[in-house]
Amino acid sequence: MSPLLEAVLNLGPQLAEHVLLCAAAVALGIAVALPLAVWSSRSATVAKVALGFASLVQTIPALALLALFFPILLAARSIFGPDLPTLGFLPAWLALALYALLPILRNAVTALANLDDELIEAADGLGMTAWQKLRLVQAPLAAPFVMAGIRTASVWTIGAATLATTIGQRSLGDPIFAGLQTQNWVLVLAGCIASAGLALVADALFGMVERGFATRRPGLVIAGAALALAGIAGAAASTVDWRGDGRENVVIGAKSFSEQYILARAIGSVLEDAGYGVEYREGLGSAVVHNAVASSAIDISVDYTGTLWTNTLERTDNPGRAAMYEKIVQWEDANTGVRVLGRLGFENAYGLAVTQETAERYGLSSIADLASVAPQLTIGGDPEWFERPEWNAVRDAYGLSFGDQRTYSPTFMYNALLSGEADVISAYTSDGRIAARNLVVLSDPQEALPSYDAILLLSPRVAGDAALADALQPLLGAVDVETMREANYTVDRQDDKWSPARAGQWLLDRIER
Amino acid sequence: MTPAPPAFLRFETLSKTYDDVHAVRDVSLAIESGEFVALVGASGSGKSTLLKCINRLVEPTFGRVLLDGEDVLAGPAPLIRRRIGYVFQGIGLFPHMSVAQNIALTPRLVGESLTDARIAELLELVELHPAMASRLPAELSGGQRQRVGVARALAGDSHLLLMDEPFGALDPITRGQLGQRVRGLHRELGLTTVMVTHDMAEALLLASRVLVMDGGQIVADETPSALLAGKGGLVAQALVEVPREQARQLAGMGE
Repeated sequence: MSPLLEAVLNLGPQLAEHVLLCAAAVALGIAVALPLAVWSSRSATVAKVALGFASLVQTIPALALLALFFPILLAARSIFGPDLPTLGFLPAWLALALYALLPILRNAVTALANLDDELIEAADGLGMTAWQKLRLVQAPLAAPFVMAGIRTASVWTIGAATLATTIGQRSLGDPIFAGLQTQNWVLVLAGCIASAGLALVADALFGMVERGFATRRPGLVIAGAALALAGIAGAAASTVDWRGDGRENVVIGAKSFSEQYILARAIGSVLEDAGYGVEYREGLGSAVVHNAVASSAIDISVDYTGTLWTNTLERTDNPGRAAMYEKIVQWEDANTGVRVLGRLGFENAYGLAVTQETAERYGLSSIADLASVAPQLTIGGDPEWFERPEWNAVRDAYGLSFGDQRTYSPTFMYNALLSGEADVISAYTSDGRIAARNLVVLSDPQEALPSYDAILLLSPRVAGDAALADALQPLLGAVDVETMREANYTVDRQDDKWSPARAGQWLLDRIER
Repeated sequence: MTPAPPAFLRFETLSKTYDDVHAVRDVSLAIESGEFVALVGASGSGKSTLLKCINRLVEPTFGRVLLDGEDVLAGPAPLIRRRIGYVFQGIGLFPHMSVAQNIALTPRLVGESLTDARIAELLELVELHPAMASRLPAELSGGQRQRVGVARALAGDSHLLLMDEPFGALDPITRGQLGQRVRGLHRELGLTTVMVTHDMAEALLLASRVLVMDGGQIVADETPSALLAGKGGLVAQALVEVPREQARQLAGMGE
């Protein structure tokens, strides 16, 4: 079997959750849009406000809309209590439903507004009540147009739902994001094929319903709707845990880069051996992860001291490696209830890296050497880098002023460096590609960049679980930076690429020896 | 002495204003059961507005309309409309319903259904073949459609038939035939009919009483024969002069 076919066939659970998420989102979109459309047909003000709002929502990038629901739901906890989920299905559902609103609303409003005036006069003249007019005249005549809106909304939603992966909802975006991070194009392609295929099927089925309404053939309407419902029911049935052993799963989060995927799988494997049920929320935005673990939306995450120090504690000083760790442990305990279980042993610090060739040409060995040549050079960073305090700190400490700056996803950043599109990049010190590609990490004599010890965080929900802490104990202090680099490289390299799960297993085997 | 029974349909000091324009201005009028009244006037004379005040498609600014002694504004609009047959130039057959479904609508609104025999009977009243029942409106000619429109207006067994330029969009032959059929139905079913038209010839041929409107007011209230005899004033006579002049010209051409 070809790897691509195999990858597509392995997407069953993602496909099922994708279908359910989209169905729920479009259903909610319909439930809001149709009454709103009827109201709009009776009030020009409502029509203006409703359509304006839906159009405004549409201008927000889908990724941002999904991310925005995290703080919104976090705030909503003050009303609905601390059990309100802030990641996963709920925010994805709400954001996608908002996205589905516009095409349905616009088509329905337009259809109702453009109904023949004579038919409305006839309906009134015959003595129809407003409800009878809606049911007997407006709804049947608007149905094909409304259905066309639902069809458009479904196709959009199926596409946009792949982004739900970033806020911890399993979807067909999982293979796309995982593949993008690890340069596994087979996975990316498999995710794209599956979501495009799903969109085509939905389009065909709803097209059938639409045609049925337009040509007044109820058979087509029923057939299309029945097939769509059967698909949704099948997806729902496949996600039910039929064994029903009811064991509570531990949710492990991972940011969207290889090291995080590998460590998540290693942690998951350790916990499964200890008898825990495990779920993964992978590809989470870096800023989301700490909030997620603090709110118990996920239970375990691997974070880095320097990241928490600057982003979460909002500190700009650099007290040194050990003091920073101690401070963070105390701060989490006092402020969030998150338990810092310990350090894994390696650092994944930010550093500035150049190719061997660039280092030789400009005589670079430390960041201080960069200052004089920076105006001739282009710096590349991951999407966070230029927004981070570390960048400000290092730039100001050494007086760096680059000729140009560009943003790349971490994977493409290394390609950009090798192809010469960027001369300097913000590299990660545990990255396997540093050694493999012979890159030079410039030293930081002024210690402008803080340390980045990898630490294991437990959510308040599982903070008191002694068995869990015991199970994870062997990982603490056990992963040195060479081992981590090697594991990362098995996933990042172009040839003989491993899955994160396999690399995680390799890592565990290495630790035991 | 017993008081005279109240008129079947009665307008009391009725006015309708749109912004600053008086569409209908202080009209008081009584129409007896069984009359066939034509409302004639130029465009904008207020005749359609006056008609629509009866079935509340227009609500008056001042004054009231009494049907069988009751103010039509009392109670919900749909209830009063179901008692009144309404035919208009736009016809308004619902394209997603068959002829039979369109005809059966008014009874359906109150939860009743019409038998096939009753639908066939209604189709025959407007001189359509009962086999037409299963057709969709799109398959009919304009004249056939308006015949269905009339059948639909009669399906609720109403005694009052309101017609707003009912034959305006039809070709002259169809128009003449359908006018005569409606005149026949008016007599056979004992209807009270109020018809708006801008065509004085049509009014004179079909109605038993002709009201001429100008600037929102009724300026003449005469029988057709009185109008033909020169009564009703300047506006009315100007309207009567149109068909009369046409007839003279046609007669002249034949010589």
